[in-house]
Amino acid sequence: MYKVLVVDDSKLARMVMASAFQRIRPEWTLVETADANEALAAVETVDIALIDFNMPGTDGLELVARIRESHPGMPLALVSANVQNEIIGRARELNAGFISKPLTDEALAAFLSGATLRLKKAAP
Amino acid sequence: MIMDADELTDIEQDALAEIANLGVSRAANSLRQMVGEQVLLSVPAVRIVTRQTASKLVERNNATKLVAVQQSFEGPFAGRALLIFPETQSLELVRSIVGDEHSLEDIIDLEQEALAETGNIILNGCLATIANLLHRTMRMSLPAIIRGNGAKLFEVSETSARGQFVLFLYIDFNIKKRNVHGFIALLMDLPSIAALKEIVNDFIRGIEKQRSSGHVE
Repeated sequence: MYKVLVVDDSKLARMVMASAFQRIRPEWTLVETADANEALAAVETVDIALIDFNMPGTDGLELVARIRESHPGMPLALVSANVQNEIIGRARELNAGFISKPLTDEALAAFLSGATLRLKKAAP
Repeated sequence: MIMDADELTDIEQDALAEIANLGVSRAANSLRQMVGEQVLLSVPAVRIVTRQTASKLVERNNATKLVAVQQSFEGPFAGRALLIFPETQSLELVRSIVGDEHSLEDIIDLEQEALAETGNIILNGCLATIANLLHRTMRMSLPAIIRGNGAKLFEVSETSARGQFVLFLYIDFNIKKRNVHGFIALLMDLPSIAALKEIVNDFIRGIEKQRSSGHVE
């Protein structure tokens, strides 16, 4: 059971994410935040973070980069419909996954399975 | 508070912005493939405004000479989708698509056709994503090119009532390494806003239902 940070300025997008978790990882806990500041305040308490790209203020890639500085091993994924090479490439450089929107259970489940493995390996 | 067809609740506004964002982000990727450069997008704006106000919003920096590729769409709700940019940048956009090796004469010859094709790919991509998300079918007209100021693009007429409200969804785009800035905009009138509100609320209820049924299992 892990705790997952969901960062998206859209409430609807957070609802879609929560709904997918209910189907594929119902026992996990979600922490929902609407912007980068809230996310940075909450990140200490979570195991995994899923971050929208197109947000007012700090965008998702900047947020991933900031979280990466202090959490080199945390499984992170950028979630966006913006599937341009530069965006996906930058996510890769930051050692983050990329999940495309509209969100599918399959894509989310694949990322979470990988994240679970990494967290188990890293656990003492 | 009494909700009229011309008002959106917070969640409706949020849902429309997110749905538009998904449509435009997908479409921006098509543009990115065509121009070979990253396309930057703003956060989407959703507003119910008069046509006059919408027409002023796209005249950024008082650029009143605009060119737009327009397609009408019809289905459970109807409206127009437009790709809009300043006329001075039109040739640069065409050049970025067809390549820098062409002469100015060639570019000018190609302009009309290249704009229509670009608009067609972007606007269709955007609307198809939205239609799929909402599980509805939409029919699209062929692209048409309009030149003029914001009022011409949005059919603001001298005689039209000042209080004629439309739903105006827009995102601005910027091709990073070229001097091309523009808007992707969707415009819908009142009967369509009411129909769209219903469909969006169905969509929201669908997500809530999945969420609560997950709790029971």
